[in-house]
Amino acid sequence: MAHFVEQIIFGLTVGSVYALIALGYTMVYGVMKLINFAHGELFALGAFVGYIFLVTLNWGGLLGPALAIGCVAIIVCVATALAGHALERVAYRPLRHSDRLAAVVSALGASIFLQNVIMVVWGAQYRAFNASLLPTIVWRVAGQSVPLIRVFVFLTAVVTMAGLYLFINRTRFGLAIRAAAIDQGAAKLMGVDVRKVIAVVFLIGPALGGLAGLLVGIYYGQINFNMGQMYGLKAFTAAVIGGIGNIGGAMIGGLLLGLLETLGDAYISGAWKDALAFVALILILVFRPTGILPERVAEKL
Amino acid sequence: MVEVPPLLELKSLVVAYGGVEAVRGLSLSVAAGELVTILGANGAGKSTTLMAISGLVRPSGGEIYFKGQRIDVLRSHEVVKLGVIQSPEGRRVFGPMTVEENLKLGAFTRPGQNLELDLRRVYELFPRLFERKKQMAGTLSGGEQQMLAIGRALMAQPKLLLLDEPSLGLAPLLVKSIFQTIKNINQSGVTIILVEQNAQAALKLADRGYVLDVGNLVLADRAERLLNNPQVRDAYLGAR
Repeated sequence: MAHFVEQIIFGLTVGSVYALIALGYTMVYGVMKLINFAHGELFALGAFVGYIFLVTLNWGGLLGPALAIGCVAIIVCVATALAGHALERVAYRPLRHSDRLAAVVSALGASIFLQNVIMVVWGAQYRAFNASLLPTIVWRVAGQSVPLIRVFVFLTAVVTMAGLYLFINRTRFGLAIRAAAIDQGAAKLMGVDVRKVIAVVFLIGPALGGLAGLLVGIYYGQINFNMGQMYGLKAFTAAVIGGIGNIGGAMIGGLLLGLLETLGDAYISGAWKDALAFVALILILVFRPTGILPERVAEKL
Repeated sequence: MVEVPPLLELKSLVVAYGGVEAVRGLSLSVAAGELVTILGANGAGKSTTLMAISGLVRPSGGEIYFKGQRIDVLRSHEVVKLGVIQSPEGRRVFGPMTVEENLKLGAFTRPGQNLELDLRRVYELFPRLFERKKQMAGTLSGGEQQMLAIGRALMAQPKLLLLDEPSLGLAPLLVKSIFQTIKNINQSGVTIILVEQNAQAALKLADRGYVLDVGNLVLADRAERLLNNPQVRDAYLGAR
């Protein structure tokens, strides 16, 4: 158990990335009751947009790591937000009045399309991020090693999520998003422009996913055109574990899934890592399909 | 006398769901300050009419004017911004939000304005809401949720208030107090359209009434005359 704390830190790092991606699924589901199956591809797109600036244009070498990562993070968020917006316009908005299955098929189609666009542009091989982007500092805390890069990924994700949490719970527009997620019709009667809420959700969710893609690129040092599939599936699992549609649930679900995977990897077997995640998904779907967070109060009389 | 346009005017309104017409050429008008009730059995098209006024369903024919401006072409949040506020059937309060958050949502179209005064006014009208302002709306009783639904609508400072079945499912004593409150709101200057199945109580309150039957207007008259109308008595007031 000597490395238990290290495993926990590792788990939280991975989990915070899952949580960021899961937020995109859960926010879109909350307002539109639609699983955006193309979300994993937006995540991958974020990684590749980061690749353009950090590797192809070598901003890391030109600007220094802190400034480069800061600027690129903003560019990635804007780019994926715009891509998400376009996706909503093209793949989902025309189907708003069709039945749910049509939107699901459209989502799957958009996913395949985006994945292939990334492959055509960047090729099918793995692409490497600059290894020396962040200095390889490893702190020793009470006999445990704490690498800077893990702390960086974790803190970036947590600060972003805290910002989102405040936006949703403390601002007027956040109130509108929550209202639209509970009852779109009633929200309209309050004067909420639900179309605008959906548009904004489709900016925020993809931006968070794109940021997660950038973090994964920096953290693991390599990216691939179909990386969105596995991460998308894991993050979707995290969203379901926390209760799909529930923002706090997505954050907690992501962290829990990260911990489960890492601890399973360390103490059971690395081969079982992915299986564990999906066993958790199946167990949740069977025994507590509303997710682990306590159910919100009944909306009826 | 100068002709003042009515506050709200429906001209041959037709609303269809799929191929079925729920409202078939309804014309009615409401003057500023009036309390008008729309009566009719289930499926008469009352709620559909209110939903069309609020812009939640698109009419397939006819026109709706508010203060002379055509509003059936607007989107729902634009209609709300004009001051046409609906408290919908079944209350539709936001269950997982607190009472106070629900009230603040009611004032959504008035950003940046100081809501303290309006909140205080609603709490004076419904002291129960004040006691429960931090409580989740979903945990309120049916009567309290109705108070919240009306209070939430008032937070928008309505020029025209649309109330859909505010007495549905409430205990008789509570119905009486809700209706008294509606009267008070009207007397404070808010024009009201009240949709009700409780025809007797609604007619006692209202200035005028319209009676719908499967999407058609069958009667329109002053409330006290509708109360004494044998046709209405037979069909809606339960008199034999």
